[in-house]
Amino acid sequence: MRYLPLTEADRKAMLKRIGAKDIDALFVDVPPEARLDSSDRPVDLPRRRSELEVERTLTRMAGRNVSAGAVPFFVGAGAYKHHVPATVDHLIQRSEFLTAYTPYQPEVSQGTLQYLFEFQTQVALLTGMEVANASMYDGSTGCGEAVLMAERVTKRRKAVLSGGLHPQYRAVVENLSHFGGSTVHALPPAINGEEDIVSAIDSETACVVVQTPNVYGSLTDLEPIARAAHENGALLIAVVTEVVSLGAVRSPGEMGADIVVAEGQSLGVGLSFGGPYVGLFATREKFLRQMPGRLAGETVDGEGKRGYVLTLSTREQHIRRERATSNICTNSGLCCLAFTIHLSLLGEKGFRDLARLNHHNACLLADRLSGVKGVEVLTPAFFNEFTIRTPKPGAEVVEALAEKGILGGVPVSRLEPTADAFGDLIVVASTEVNTDEDRDAYQTALKEVLA
Amino acid sequence: MMNREGRATAPTAQGSEGAVATFTGNRGLDIEEPLIFEVGSGEVTGVDIDLPEAPENRLGALARKQGIGLPGLSEPEAMRHYVRLSRKNYAIDLGIYPLGSCTMKHNPRLNEKAVRLAGFGDIHPLQPESTVQGALELIDTLAHWLKTLTGLPAVAMSPKAGAHGELCGMMAIRAALEARGEPRSIVLVPESAHGTNPATAAYLGYKVVSVPAREDGTVDPEAVKERLSEDVAAIMLTNPNTCGLFEPDVRAIAEAVHEVGAYFYCDGANFNAIMGRTRPGDLGVDAMHINLHKTFSTPHGGGGPGAGPVVLSEALAPFAPLPFVVHGADGFRLVESLDDDAAGEAFGRMTAFHGQMGMFVRALAYMMSHGADGLRQAAEDAVLNANYVRACLKDTFSLPYNHDRPCMHEVLFDDSFLKGTGVSTLDFAKAMIDEGFHPMTVYFPLVVHGAMLIEPTESESKASLDQFVATLRRLADAAREGDTERFTGAPRYTPVGRLDETRAARHPILRWTPEQNASQAAE
Repeated sequence: MRYLPLTEADRKAMLKRIGAKDIDALFVDVPPEARLDSSDRPVDLPRRRSELEVERTLTRMAGRNVSAGAVPFFVGAGAYKHHVPATVDHLIQRSEFLTAYTPYQPEVSQGTLQYLFEFQTQVALLTGMEVANASMYDGSTGCGEAVLMAERVTKRRKAVLSGGLHPQYRAVVENLSHFGGSTVHALPPAINGEEDIVSAIDSETACVVVQTPNVYGSLTDLEPIARAAHENGALLIAVVTEVVSLGAVRSPGEMGADIVVAEGQSLGVGLSFGGPYVGLFATREKFLRQMPGRLAGETVDGEGKRGYVLTLSTREQHIRRERATSNICTNSGLCCLAFTIHLSLLGEKGFRDLARLNHHNACLLADRLSGVKGVEVLTPAFFNEFTIRTPKPGAEVVEALAEKGILGGVPVSRLEPTADAFGDLIVVASTEVNTDEDRDAYQTALKEVLA
Repeated sequence: MMNREGRATAPTAQGSEGAVATFTGNRGLDIEEPLIFEVGSGEVTGVDIDLPEAPENRLGALARKQGIGLPGLSEPEAMRHYVRLSRKNYAIDLGIYPLGSCTMKHNPRLNEKAVRLAGFGDIHPLQPESTVQGALELIDTLAHWLKTLTGLPAVAMSPKAGAHGELCGMMAIRAALEARGEPRSIVLVPESAHGTNPATAAYLGYKVVSVPAREDGTVDPEAVKERLSEDVAAIMLTNPNTCGLFEPDVRAIAEAVHEVGAYFYCDGANFNAIMGRTRPGDLGVDAMHINLHKTFSTPHGGGGPGAGPVVLSEALAPFAPLPFVVHGADGFRLVESLDDDAAGEAFGRMTAFHGQMGMFVRALAYMMSHGADGLRQAAEDAVLNANYVRACLKDTFSLPYNHDRPCMHEVLFDDSFLKGTGVSTLDFAKAMIDEGFHPMTVYFPLVVHGAMLIEPTESESKASLDQFVATLRRLADAAREGDTERFTGAPRYTPVGRLDETRAARHPILRWTPEQNASQAAE
């Protein structure tokens, strides 16, 4: 087997050194009635295969999927198709990054620790916050952790969720809250961003969770919500699933958010059918010790030379065990690196231009689609994503578009299957990857589908 | 996995006798590298973007007015910055990485190639199911392999890491108990367990009751029975355990747990030792997470991302969370909503979307490459390598348990061989770094003093192990011979010397700020 260096002679010599008669002697503690036989197929699975054969099988499987880059592509709702510079993928495959463990021995992990420190700084700058951690699994689990953190800070047990929060993020929060014994008050879906969330905040509210742009694309001014939350002693958690929007719209920190969680997939990471992604998590310095997740911090060695270590681990499970702030053990290291490299390549200018181009393309697309008979754009203020109403059920339209080779968006019925009133809605995203030809193709296909 | 409680390192001076300081601070190939914030500029970019002359702007009052402060690098500058950083890391591709409980094995590059196929890497989680049949087939195939290898009938694929899988498995247990109308309040956790176990149980509102280890490092079924009652929801047992031992009474423990109507959660972090030799389902396990990044070689990537699917017994299967893949009339289909007729008693959702697809592709490539026979061989070689290290070191290092029972995939030593030398476990680890090795896991598990947990994995050749143990023996001799400075001053040949962790925690600096940079420049 090509991955196993021991030869049969090695194995024999080693068993001899150990003083074991055969390999079975090393497994004596396995109860006899639970031992598998020593045939070629101890379990009913195929035998080993060559690299060529495995590659062939997987390539065939991959070939049964329609990849985003192969078609006019407008799918978003929490994950976005962006161009990732070739440099990013080359660098994250450097052995020293790819095949390193968590940087527990800092003297031989300065590469990882320094990029995590750079990542934390970039995330704090983007979100307009004071501190950020070294990432969460993804945006949705980060959102769940933010609610738990707000409950620790306020010592209250109720979360108010905006109807614009991604329904799968809502489900994550509801699930955690159910098992953790706290309460969730989720507002009904708010397609055009209009909802009265302020009157849902009371003196028992730990946090208000508001996504902007929301899952239907609508931008929200967080300032009045932040004010109302703070008047009631609650925290405002801002959720951003399209991090590129932060290049064009005011940061949640500027608008008064106390915790910002974001999905960082748009920068560096790629679509990958939903994972792995990278959760961004930022907050005010005063809440630092209630923040979950790993942190890289700056310090010095004996000669006063600057270096980085994992720090404040007294919050974490491997020290505090059942008293930890969270059970989280890993972060999303390599995706942080991809994020940080992509953002370093963009820089201020590139990032803001990228955001402008995304918004521009979405505006052009909205104009095109609203020109199709019977189609209405419902989102008054958007960044790179909006919701349309069509005269036919959204799921049917999206499926018919796919048959014509256009991936045209996400039917709201997939996100909110019980909301019958929204069966004719589609969430449509457009990024820098879309061209005039893509928009032409979409408009034409949509006309045909609706004819 | 490592524990550093109460053992923050103190800084040490670096550099060997007679070393000449360079003008640049660089030392040959070891090049100083500032932060991007100190070298980049907001005007520079490494990405060309064709913006129209008058781009649309309909953002109104929500448009960003303030600058962000992001530095940019041209492509060559970015390449050099990150390549220089990469060279400050140890990695499995550089040498043995014997962190116990972490399973740092070789990461085949076929897996990296496969995950980058556009049909896997460039597909959206919410595309129509008709356009992702191959992706759903891959998830279904991997699920089949995991179920078959563990002998359990169901698997929840979505958890994003081991600890997330633990949470998922314990939620399934809680959901099953709630469905029975008896929520219960206690979870038993052996004291050798990973810290995530008690953290997970506590999150779910359970009272954690610790089970002490026997003198031989395993769990005594009598100690479990003494703590069992109708109020115990589950036991969370790691098997093989964190002392590197297979729990010989695992079936008796499972039976006792089941007798009171409780469930057996197995921490599957150490599945690498037993795959193809025994199936957790035959040991009485009800739920077990599998760290794809350990056992099935998806790269650790400097601390993630991981993936932690959870296999479930018949009793827990109905409660598996959303989403899951089912075979429908038109091929594969995802069950994504509790309102779906196929959702049954699913307890809810752990994460948006469907799990760590990138890790699924890599893990399946790894498993298919090995096959059933190769996976068992890998487990056997991992156990053989650990026992070989044990045999080569047992007269020099100190084994905490006085028995000749073989270890599994990792071998645990304590620090009694260093007694009176003035060298601590941490010092010993740092001296290993100077010798070109990544240290083993130190100070974990907590059940022995000054623990050193070595997991060589099946990826090491005999020659590599011989070199490793020869070095460890030399170091142990040096410690006993009073060559203390070799240890307390280590590491010397690294980009930085031992770092002041106490200072980092007392005065946290968690990001770069312009002010801090200015004050440093003024010094």
